[in-house]
Amino acid sequence: MGWLSESLNSSIGKKFVMAVTGICLILFLIVHLAGNLTLFAGAEAFNAYVHTLEPFKPIIRVIEVILALVFVFHIVNGVRLWIANRQARPERYAVNAASKNSSYFSRTMLSTGSIVFIFLILHLSSFWATFNFQGHPETGEFEFFEIVVYFFSMPWYAVFYIIAMVLLGFHLNHGFQSAFQTFGWNNSKYFPVIEKIGQIYSVVMAVGFGSMPVYFLFFYGGN
Amino acid sequence: MVKLDSRIPEGHISEKWTNHKFNMKLVNPANKRKFDVIVVGTGLAGASAAASLGELGYNVKAFTYHDSARRAHSIAAQGGINAAKNYQNDGDSIYRLFYDTVKGGDFRAREANVYRLAEVSNNIIDQCVAQGVPFAREYGGLLDNRSFGGAQVSRTFYARGQTGQQLLLGAYSALSRQVGLGKVEMYTRKEMIGLVVEGGIARGIICRDLVTGEIEKYSAHAVLLCTGGYSNVFFLSTNAMNCNVTAAWRAHKKGALFANPCFTQIHPTCLPLHGESQSKLALMSESLRNDGRIWVSKTKGDKREPNDIPEGERDYYLERKYPSFGNLSPRDISSRSAKEVADEGRGAKGKEAVYLDFSDAINRLGEHVIREKYGNLFDIYETITGENPYKVPMQIYPAPHYTMGGLWVDYNLQSTIPGLFVLGEANFSDHGANRLGASALMQGLADGYFVAPYTVGNYLAGDKPDMLSTDHAAFEDEAKELEDYTKKLLSINGKQTVDDIHKKLGRIMWNKVGMGRNEKGLKEAMEEIRDLKQEFWNDVKVVGNDKDINQNLERAGRLADYLELGELMALDALERNESCGGHFREEYQTEEGEALRDDENYTHVSAWAFSGESHWDMHKEELEFEYVKLATRSYK
Amino acid sequence: MADTTLKLKLKIWRQPGPKAAGSFVDYDVEVSPDASILEMIDELNNSLEQEGKEPIVFESDCREGICGTCGLVINGQPHGPVPKIATCQLHMRQFNDGDTVYIEPYRAKAFPVMKDLTVDRSGFDKIMYAGGFVSVNTGGVPDANAIPIPKEVAARSMDAAECIGCGACVAACKNASAMLFTSAKVTQFAVLPQGQPERYERVQKMVAVMDELGFGACTNTYACEAECPKGISVKNIAQMNRDFFVSKLSGSKQEA
Repeated sequence: MGWLSESLNSSIGKKFVMAVTGICLILFLIVHLAGNLTLFAGAEAFNAYVHTLEPFKPIIRVIEVILALVFVFHIVNGVRLWIANRQARPERYAVNAASKNSSYFSRTMLSTGSIVFIFLILHLSSFWATFNFQGHPETGEFEFFEIVVYFFSMPWYAVFYIIAMVLLGFHLNHGFQSAFQTFGWNNSKYFPVIEKIGQIYSVVMAVGFGSMPVYFLFFYGGN
Repeated sequence: MVKLDSRIPEGHISEKWTNHKFNMKLVNPANKRKFDVIVVGTGLAGASAAASLGELGYNVKAFTYHDSARRAHSIAAQGGINAAKNYQNDGDSIYRLFYDTVKGGDFRAREANVYRLAEVSNNIIDQCVAQGVPFAREYGGLLDNRSFGGAQVSRTFYARGQTGQQLLLGAYSALSRQVGLGKVEMYTRKEMIGLVVEGGIARGIICRDLVTGEIEKYSAHAVLLCTGGYSNVFFLSTNAMNCNVTAAWRAHKKGALFANPCFTQIHPTCLPLHGESQSKLALMSESLRNDGRIWVSKTKGDKREPNDIPEGERDYYLERKYPSFGNLSPRDISSRSAKEVADEGRGAKGKEAVYLDFSDAINRLGEHVIREKYGNLFDIYETITGENPYKVPMQIYPAPHYTMGGLWVDYNLQSTIPGLFVLGEANFSDHGANRLGASALMQGLADGYFVAPYTVGNYLAGDKPDMLSTDHAAFEDEAKELEDYTKKLLSINGKQTVDDIHKKLGRIMWNKVGMGRNEKGLKEAMEEIRDLKQEFWNDVKVVGNDKDINQNLERAGRLADYLELGELMALDALERNESCGGHFREEYQTEEGEALRDDENYTHVSAWAFSGESHWDMHKEELEFEYVKLATRSYK
Repeated sequence: MADTTLKLKLKIWRQPGPKAAGSFVDYDVEVSPDASILEMIDELNNSLEQEGKEPIVFESDCREGICGTCGLVINGQPHGPVPKIATCQLHMRQFNDGDTVYIEPYRAKAFPVMKDLTVDRSGFDKIMYAGGFVSVNTGGVPDANAIPIPKEVAARSMDAAECIGCGACVAACKNASAMLFTSAKVTQFAVLPQGQPERYERVQKMVAVMDELGFGACTNTYACEAECPKGISVKNIAQMNRDFFVSKLSGSKQEA
């Protein structure tokens, strides 16, 4: 297996890891968003949706472990790349003209990724932990919709959540097409389509996930 | 006394090379690794020779003053490379390419060499395609050709407007492979400043490391100079900034004869001068003349915009004077005609420039066809001048471009110093008094891929030279002398910069040893160059030190050699009392202003032996024309 | 052409040697708008030489944008603000009277500064030595027209082959990645029939050396393509990636 680690540690290999894990996470987000949209249908619909997942818990646990690994790979590898790339270019130019030759999204992957990572920790420690183990922070009940309402009613939480989702959109906007470029699927016929899909996807994700805290903070009349 | 033996093989011209290849001595494959060969320069000739010799098994040391072998100025050739493939079925043949080249050279080239050049031209194309050079192709997938000045057949292969680049990168890739395999050792950023000759044969070279400034000694069994031409003696030329004559000139001063130095080519399609700060003249490929029409106003001092001059008031002077070749007339004729009309005051807006107009071709073929053919050239033009050539005719003017003269070599490309071979533009052999378009690339690669690998082997097997240690006195003395020479340049500490003096030399050369020459001017030029040389050695200012990167010092060393070469060029031009090819003596012209050759007295190569400062002895190699009948060159 | 001149404030990086510290030095110049930026430095150097000062060391050769020798970073952009040209083709008419112009060398670990504006780009040669060729010896090759190559394919190969090896891609990339350079050579051969026998071996060897030399990895910002004087496309990088995966994932040909 020497060839495999050698391949994955090469400059192109590291990109490949980023792209594969990135695509996995992109797919996960679609499923995640689809389920969460039931929030807008009210407490019953959402609770019902969560309950339907109950019988699949063992499988979900496995998927969660895989997802966690994918995240870890994506993050660790991303940081490794960043460090290596910093070393390849230790000195900066006196005039920064990066905006003239590259997109903002492409240059800020580390920053947007880092903030999304902080978000992830917060997200897991609030939603994932309460949904699965702790129940409602105040009542200890496993009333899922109420838990959502509880968190999103905290303005600092909701605002951070919204900002993180915008940055996630930035991250995805570059990451989506970038993954295809890394796989070598770039030709003049299909690539513009991929770029378009990537843009639409990232907007849908940012708006989709971001709309939930917005809804609960400003429009949900429950409290 | 040097005896010039051209060593032309016996037999019919079409069999000479074949016979010679058979008769040459071979080095046993196992013995090849016992021979070291130095190749100086990594342009088309140098890179191809180094790669081919490395493939054969010799230990090759390749030198370039650039940071990489790929930078050599061959890269800038735009138009194409000739070959007698006759893929177009338009009547081409080896014999016709040979004939055209001899005639184009105004009967001052050696027939046998030219025939060999035409003969191996086809192998070059095969070789380059096999290397992955992406030549232009037709829709059927076969190679495309275009026509070029001085020929009535389409035999020029091309890769967009970057043929030189692609061929050089091909040769560089072959060289890279040998470097990777360890057969060629690559020495970059090292400039050859001396040739070591001992016992009458070439033993190695002395280089200055352009980074550390160290003077270094390199020994070998044979030395190949592939160091290009000397157009930069004019200061402004189409040559790259670093092109210089130093390697060839230092070899000349060690005993190698310099042949036909006055044969310089002025390229007809360059961009006109913009001002004092101009550092070089940009070339527009001659291939543009395929579709562009050259004209000036019929009226003197016409300052109108070109598009405001009606058709009837335009003088398409090449089409008028040379109806059968028209805008594709050979370079010397086109250049001189441009100078004539400009001297009459009919140049573009009264200046030293003529129009090259594509409006007819755009109307006939459509702009997209012109864009596909010449797009990058048009872009270059627009970048430099700020004018759009699709809408406004280009302005062009002649500029020094190529030097047919160079170190004298025999049929084996060996100079008058045994063991010293000279390839490509650095030698004098194939183009006579004028080179046809798309023939320089052909010659560089012919010499490097297909001639030198045989003839160098023949020398090594036949003469069995031994290799000197670099500790030998011959190396030590030469290195010491050059070290002192360098220190001397740095110690003058005068008032003028190197460029100041180079510009002065350029003006003398352009005005008196340029397109039109006469006895009075040439004598004055020799005098003025001698004075300027004195000025240089008394009043130049070279700053910095010799143990560091010092571009000022590099330029000073090169200029010192140009100051000597310039005088020899004028002397050679003065001695040649005729007009031929790129050498136009105003005293020798017909009533219509055409060049007047003197075949009776000047059908020879003038090879000059250096015999002390400002002194040369001339040796003649008589040229015999058995196969192409001596005739007045007519492109009417 | 223009009779007026421009007055500019230049801030040029001066560094006496590879290990020495460098800094920007100010120069006030007056220059013709028709001059190229390198001609402007020529003139400046000439006046420095007159004063007995060391001229600014920078590299250039053909001054036609084809040899790839020149390469300065002008106001943060390799080869300056105009797309698809080399530094030597940048004319001063692109600047305005009174402008301040920063001129720096390429900055990358794999391209160390040697002196002033000159950097060592020999890494590119090393990548080429590793596999940037088709292994054919001189002589004994088939006729040039023996293999027809579709015009489109030849054009694609030529698009990649136009790379001048100037290193602007590395200089522009925030990761100092050499992928555009390497992939251009890989693609030139990967699409041609002549390049097939060594196609997958070539890409592995070239990428391995590229990585060894300390060039960064690609993060698909495409700054390289934007700054490339020949407009070499990042599609070449995609091609290289694909060939690299195929070469790594397929089993040895000898076993099959």
